[in-house]
Formats: sequence, structure tokens, C-alpha cells
Amino acid sequence: MQSHYDYILKVSNLSVVFPNQTILDNISFELKKGTTLAIVGPNGAGKTVLFRTLLNLVPYTGRIEWVNKVKIGYVPQRLSVSDIPISVKEFLSFKSTSNMEDSLKLVGLDSKEMLNKSLSVLSGGQLQRVLIAWAIIDKPDVLLFDEPTTGVDIDSEEAIYKMLNDLKKESEITILLISHDLHIIRDYSDYMLALNKCVTFFGESKKIMDPDLQKMIYGEPVCVEIST
Amino acid sequence: MIEIETLIFSLITGVVVGFSAGYLGSIMVLEKMALVGDALSHVALPGLALGILFNFNPFLGAFAFLFASAVIIWHLGRVTRLSFETLVAAVFTLALAVGILLIPEPDLLEALFGDITQVTLLDTIVAVVISGVAMFLTKAIYNRIVLSMISEELATSKGINVARTNLLFLLLVSLVVAIGIKIVGTLLVGFLVVVPAAAAKNVSSNLFKYSVFSSILGAISSFSGVLLASYLNLPAGPLVVLSGVAIFLTAVVVKWTSRF
Repeated sequence: MQSHYDYILKVSNLSVVFPNQTILDNISFELKKGTTLAIVGPNGAGKTVLFRTLLNLVPYTGRIEWVNKVKIGYVPQRLSVSDIPISVKEFLSFKSTSNMEDSLKLVGLDSKEMLNKSLSVLSGGQLQRVLIAWAIIDKPDVLLFDEPTTGVDIDSEEAIYKMLNDLKKESEITILLISHDLHIIRDYSDYMLALNKCVTFFGESKKIMDPDLQKMIYGEPVCVEIST
Repeated sequence: MIEIETLIFSLITGVVVGFSAGYLGSIMVLEKMALVGDALSHVALPGLALGILFNFNPFLGAFAFLFASAVIIWHLGRVTRLSFETLVAAVFTLALAVGILLIPEPDLLEALFGDITQVTLLDTIVAVVISGVAMFLTKAIYNRIVLSMISEELATSKGINVARTNLLFLLLVSLVVAIGIKIVGTLLVGFLVVVPAAAAKNVSSNLFKYSVFSSILGAISSFSGVLLASYLNLPAGPLVVLSGVAIFLTAVVVKWTSRF
């Protein structure tokens, strides 16, 4: 039996309603420290809104309980950097002026080569790694990744998830990630939370390859209750 | 030729206004607000008109109208979710129409194109102080604005109030636009926040270089424009614009030739 203190996040009866539209309906789940939780579901299921709500960027009802003094690193789905002359060093310094070299090294980038490069000339994979470096630069307890490998080629995608796994082993970091890739969910997360406005499944990620479960997650929503 | 004392005041005013407008403009060009500064400047016209009609310093009227319209545009943007450019276009055409109807014809040319023969010591001191304050405050919020451009979510998750930061920036732009009117006039002051930044963006690989280049190019455009205007006895506004455009074209050529 896990004690209360093994959990880094408890969400109870969370609902988000935009004008005339329910986005999240009565979501409850818990997240153990040091685990990776994949958030899955069809487009428009409320996955990104859930992240934004966990970051307190969206008004909600219900309860979100992070452990005391939790530090959260966030990697958004999209960045608008193509038109901005900003170097990697300047971007990272917006968050912290120390640990730049270390965090770039952790994500597999050579700081000497990268720091003075403009963000706009980086490849998709390099930009994603810089974003992860941004997220981990102040040594967070939790990382939130919204489709971290969108627009990245398959090799870089695999490398990024391997790197995240290594990071988790090294620093006991807790990871929440949104992904549509079933293999990634199976191989690189411990649990999955399937959303379709409400929770349609919560359990071990290895079950994602079950065709019946996939039909349940991506088909007509059937809500389930999770006792927390 | 204008008197040497007035020329010195005009040059100092031009340089500080050009420098600060270039600095603030470096954000406006990135924010895709290039035309906002231009359009915003026209909003000053009714304020100038009221000053002329009721015999108080027209630039106080300009300040008041610019501030009020900046707040109105910011608020409408939040309420209606329309873009800055759309709202500014609506407000500025109204202000331009009202301003042209109100301003007596002899004063209209000065308001539209500026008049360096009228720059006093007080104008220069006001320009130096306001430019300094505007640049100091802009420097304090520069990174926050750039981060919110890169990702509003990243900025908000870092505790930055994006809406409030945008309002402060818009008010600072109003300040710089108001002092720029004295040199280049309401019709052309928008140039000062757009062209130097556009030129700097062509030749910069990081934010620091970009903002510094933009400021310096703004100052050089104003300085050379005012100097030419005094020798040729022509309005400064168009000559400041021509100097700046020459710099912009040079930057484009430098960027183009660097590819070979």
C-alpha cells in the first residue's frame, strides 16, 4: 500500500468549462513520484487543457494537489521562434543563467556549439532538446511534455525519449506527457490516463496495444470513475 | 538655415528619440505590431488640435490622447480578441478624421511632418527624460515580452502577466511616439519604430545585437535627417525617413551579399 507521501499529484473531481462547452468533466487521478504518466485520447479530448489546468493557467472546479513546493518544468506543443533573432543562450537565460552547460549536456547537446546559435536555425530535434534543457535547467520535480516530438524525425524522436528515460533514472523526476504514438506510450511510460473530456481509462501503459482498449480510448467515450 | 542653438536642440532630441524608438521598435517588429506605432501616432492629432485651439501645449494633448487610446485599444483587444492592428486601424482613422477637421490649416503641416525650427531647450530635456524612462522600463520588461511572443504558456507558467506587460509596453510606445512627433510629425513617426528594427533584424543573430543595432540605426537616421533638413531648409520628417530607408536598403544588400 502506498502512503500519501509517495504521490506527487492528486487530482479530484476536476472540471473545466469554457463558455457553452465542457472541456474536462469530473477528472480524478493520482500520480506517483518518479513515474511517467502518458495522457492519451483523440483530438479535442482536453489533453492540452488538462496540462494548462495543472499549470494553473485555466480556471477550474475541483481539486489539484501538488506536493508542497513542487517545481514544474513545462515543454509546450509549439514555439514561435522562426521570426525572432534569439540565441540559445539568451533563451535559456530567461529562466536561469546558471546550469546552462549542464542542462544542454543532459539533453545530448554540445554547449560550446549550441549556446551562440540562433533558435531559428535549429532542426526540429535540436529545438526540442533545447526546450527540454529549458524545462530542466532549474532542476524541476515534474516535467510536463505536450507532444514533445511533434515535427521531429523518427530517429530524433527515439533519441529524445531515451534521453528522457535516462533523465528519469538519474534524477527521479516525474513525467507527464501527451502523445499519440502507441509505441512510445508502451515503451516510455508507466501508466496512462485516457481522456475524452472525462476519464475513459486509467491503468498500466503496456495495455495500450490491446485493440479493444484502443477502440475504447479512441471511439465513443465511456467514462470511468477512479477512486482516489 | 536654422539657428545653431535650435539645431543642437533638434539634433539631441532627434538622436534620443531615434534611439529609444529604435529600441522599442525592435519589440514591435517582432510582435508584428509594425503598423501599430505608425497608426498610433495619428491618434495624437485630435490632442494636438485641442492644444492649439485652447492654447495649451499641444503635446500634452497628444500625450493624453495617445495614453487614452492605448488603454482603449488594449482593453478592446482583451474583450473582442481582435488583433492590435485591426483595433488600431479603426481608432486611428477616426482620430485622423477628427484631427484634420479640428487643426487650423497652418498648424496642420507642422503636426503632420514636424518642425525642427520650433524645438526648444525644454522640448530637448523632456525628450531626454522621457526617452530614458521609456528605455529603462522597456529593458525591464524586454525579456518577458519576447518570452510571451515565443510561447504565451511558457511566459504565464513563469508567472508573467502577459496582458499587463503588453499594456505597459503600449503606454511606453505612446510616450516615445508623442516625443517623436516634434521631430518627424505624426504622419512619419511610425517610421522610427519600424524601419531601424527591420534593418537590424536583417543583420542580427541574437536579441542583444538586434536591439542595439536597431537603437543605433534609429539614432543615425534621425541625426542625419535633421542635419540634412537644416541645410536644405526642408521638413525633417521626410529626410529622416529617407536616411533610414537608405540604411535599411544597405542592410538588405549586406545580408544578400553575405550569402555569396
